Amino acid sequence: MNRYPLWKYITVAIALVLGFVYTLPNFFGESPAVQVSSAKATLKVDDLAKARVEDVLKAAGIANDGIVLDSVGVKARFKDPDTQLKAKDTLEKAFNPNAADPQYVVALNLLAASPQWLTNLHALPMYLGLDLRGGVHFLLQVDMKGALTKRLDSTGADLRTVLRDKNIRHAGINREGDRLTVKFRDLETRDKAKSAISDSQSDLLLSEVADGAEFKLVASLKPEAQKKIGEFAVKQNISTLHNRINELGVAEPVIQQQGADRIVVQLPGVQDTAKAKDILGRTATLEIRMVDDTPGALEAAQAGSVPFGTEVYNERGGRPLLVKKQVVLTGDRLTDAQPGFDTQTQEAAVHLTLDSAGSRIFKDITRDNVGKRMAILLIEKGKGEVVTAPVIRTEIGGGRVQISGRMTTSEANDTALLLRAGSLAAPMDIIEERTIGPSLGAENIKKGFHSTMWGFAAIAVFMIIYYQMFGVVSVLALASNLLFLVAILSLLQATLTLPGIAAIALTLGMAIDANVLINERIREELRNGMPPQGAISEGYERAFGTILDSNITTLIAGLALLIFGSGPVRGFAVVHCLGIMTSIFSSVVVSRSLVNLIYGGKKKLGKVAIGQIWKAGSTAAVNEQK
Amino acid sequence: MEFFRIKQDIPFMRHALKFNVISLVTFLLAVVFLFTMGLHLSVEFTGGTLVEVKYQQAADLEKIRSSLGKSGFSDYSVQNFGSSQDVMIRLPLKSDQNTNQLGEAVMKSLDTEAPGASLSRVEFVGPQVGKELAENGAMALLLVIIGIVVYLAFRFEWRFSVSAIIANLHDVIIILGFFAFFQWEFSLSVLAAVLAVLGYSVNESVVVFDRVRETFKGKRGLSTPEVLDHAITSTISRTIITHGCTQLMVLSMLVFGGETLHYFAMALTIGICFGIYSSVLVASPLVMWLGVSREQFIPKPKKTIEGATDDGACV
Repeated sequence: MNRYPLWKYITVAIALVLGFVYTLPNFFGESPAVQVSSAKATLKVDDLAKARVEDVLKAAGIANDGIVLDSVGVKARFKDPDTQLKAKDTLEKAFNPNAADPQYVVALNLLAASPQWLTNLHALPMYLGLDLRGGVHFLLQVDMKGALTKRLDSTGADLRTVLRDKNIRHAGINREGDRLTVKFRDLETRDKAKSAISDSQSDLLLSEVADGAEFKLVASLKPEAQKKIGEFAVKQNISTLHNRINELGVAEPVIQQQGADRIVVQLPGVQDTAKAKDILGRTATLEIRMVDDTPGALEAAQAGSVPFGTEVYNERGGRPLLVKKQVVLTGDRLTDAQPGFDTQTQEAAVHLTLDSAGSRIFKDITRDNVGKRMAILLIEKGKGEVVTAPVIRTEIGGGRVQISGRMTTSEANDTALLLRAGSLAAPMDIIEERTIGPSLGAENIKKGFHSTMWGFAAIAVFMIIYYQMFGVVSVLALASNLLFLVAILSLLQATLTLPGIAAIALTLGMAIDANVLINERIREELRNGMPPQGAISEGYERAFGTILDSNITTLIAGLALLIFGSGPVRGFAVVHCLGIMTSIFSSVVVSRSLVNLIYGGKKKLGKVAIGQIWKAGSTAAVNEQK
Repeated sequence: MEFFRIKQDIPFMRHALKFNVISLVTFLLAVVFLFTMGLHLSVEFTGGTLVEVKYQQAADLEKIRSSLGKSGFSDYSVQNFGSSQDVMIRLPLKSDQNTNQLGEAVMKSLDTEAPGASLSRVEFVGPQVGKELAENGAMALLLVIIGIVVYLAFRFEWRFSVSAIIANLHDVIIILGFFAFFQWEFSLSVLAAVLAVLGYSVNESVVVFDRVRETFKGKRGLSTPEVLDHAITSTISRTIITHGCTQLMVLSMLVFGGETLHYFAMALTIGICFGIYSSVLVASPLVMWLGVSREQFIPKPKKTIEGATDDGACV
């Protein structure tokens, strides 16, 4: 009656062994390491780089505890943090001889100290969340409207090119909010323009508006195009953030999209939050526009009446400059930006390389505007600054541009870095920030661990006193639940946070319910006069329905948290849901197989050790002990 | 050892009306507190900045306050957090401030008058995130309620599902009432605790209802209140022990978990205590008032019901 077939025991045993193996890595702790990874998409870190790391360390006389190569890069372990720091400096110098143009990311890291055979089984420790290891967390909101505006601005420039190529004369192209308005002098030109535009720009929705004597064509972006632009903006921003964070040298950054227009950035171990924020928050884009040098216009603008289609910007050094709103070129057309020096004046400069479309536009614009001034603007956080406004002497082909003008060497380096790291497709705002110091993280781990441990101990003591042998079985089942839960979390490489630890504790506290239900049922059956074997079987049988029901209601709450929760609540929900599932297995199957092992073989079982059974109606308690 | 030596069924239902009146009074009190005092929402919901610093020696809160005042901050709150060395500074959301550098600005201003602080934690939450979190929290609550009502109606009967959800929402309101009355900080983790309690104490009602159904099927000749009494009496031992065990764990969190888990554990404690009370003494009388009777259980073939749970388990 209370016997399991062999395969069931084997299944339980295998589950326990697997649970143990995958839980194991969490107990080995971490050892300090230095990680060398590529800072550029084109550069692969391979065996050669590994050999180079080995050589560099050997040459510097720094002993290491093993060097491994994985998909991220080369990781070298060290005995203590001092050696780690020394090794980092050495490797940084060897791999990035030119600090202004780093090829590799050399970062401090912590590696699991579990033995190799465990790592080979993909048994890795849980990933600790920021609240447990310290670091910075940002939630960035991508400004979709900004992305659309930017796109419309560049579309406006494209329309000009299209109309000029087709020799269609227009009376001005302007952006009004989220629409582009093109004016024409007569109906015929407008119709010609309409067909030309719809041929070349499939993303635009065109409508004709007659406004007095003017013929207008109003273009707006199609909804699906808007959606595509939004998606692209988020993707582009993520890849830009990747580039920038690479420059920061963070070992395991997390950069993920959240929802339609948000990006989560997590930088574990980063202490210098100011610098991190500075680098992340900078949205430097380059714009090239023409300067309006009409005599008197600047004075008029300063007096308050800015001429139509122009804006006032300050030049580096503070002189105001009237710049046309029309953007000739943006940073999107850049393929490279390097700091350097002007060959003639020896001033610090940034050398830019444009892509082929950019080169062509640049060539056209310089040819048409010889003798005029062109402004190179650096737009950071919505505020523009004219870096330099040189006079165009001659047509410039080949797509090589140099910006110089009142820059220091470090400014040139910064500017080049920002331009090279790519511009953001849309501006972003930090809407949530969390910084956790490393000591607080360690303290949180301790607190979470202690609460779980003492809670578990208290439950174990109570259960064993109250239910005796069945209490022991229940506690073992509960322990196996903990084992399974930690093993699954490690296997999934879930991120453990403090709420996650709280969820583990709470799940254990709730999971004991199943065993209490079973034990109470068995007692009840015994009280009703059933023989022990029958009572055990009946108890498990009848309690199961109730266990399932009660777990499902808890699971519903867990799932709701998982769907609507964010951040810390999500971590809680994941652990909670997984815990409910493992608890059904451990409290029913594992505990049953233990009970079967203990009692199932005995044909004539007179008593079971489930504590005192008090029978109603009898004057003395019957003490049923083995 | 056995705690509960119950000779015959305890006539809980005889006092049903009294319990319901007690519940109603507590519930109304909680609602009154909620409306008059309101919840002390954490930065996560309201938006704003929170800076936690640690001193080597006991922190001088007055000095911290004055240095913040001199640096041009306003509406800040400074209080100890857990120990005399830990200080929590809360700053409200201001549109004109550069929130990006607020953490550093606070540290800089502390340096002048109350030096020696090290930064443990900075949290900044923008306005729209807070609003969204509150909305999502409400959605989660709604989803839990609907999910549980549907599941119980499907598994038992609509009378059970309605009474269970009323009983447990009453718990939720009471927890919130406590948080409003004592002005404890209501954070995201407290919300998680509240929802977990909701799921947990519904399962309490499920256990009782399970027994009610079994008794209706198995024992003839009992009136409805007698059936309910019997069901409650035979599960009361399990109820107390289970909740006791969960409470042991929660107590351990309350003691060892530190400030971060404090209110989480507090919400659970209240939830567990009221969970026992409500599932036994609120849900069951409600089932009775709603007119549960034997006929509702007899014609249903057992087989189909069991098949239904199997489906449910796959979720």
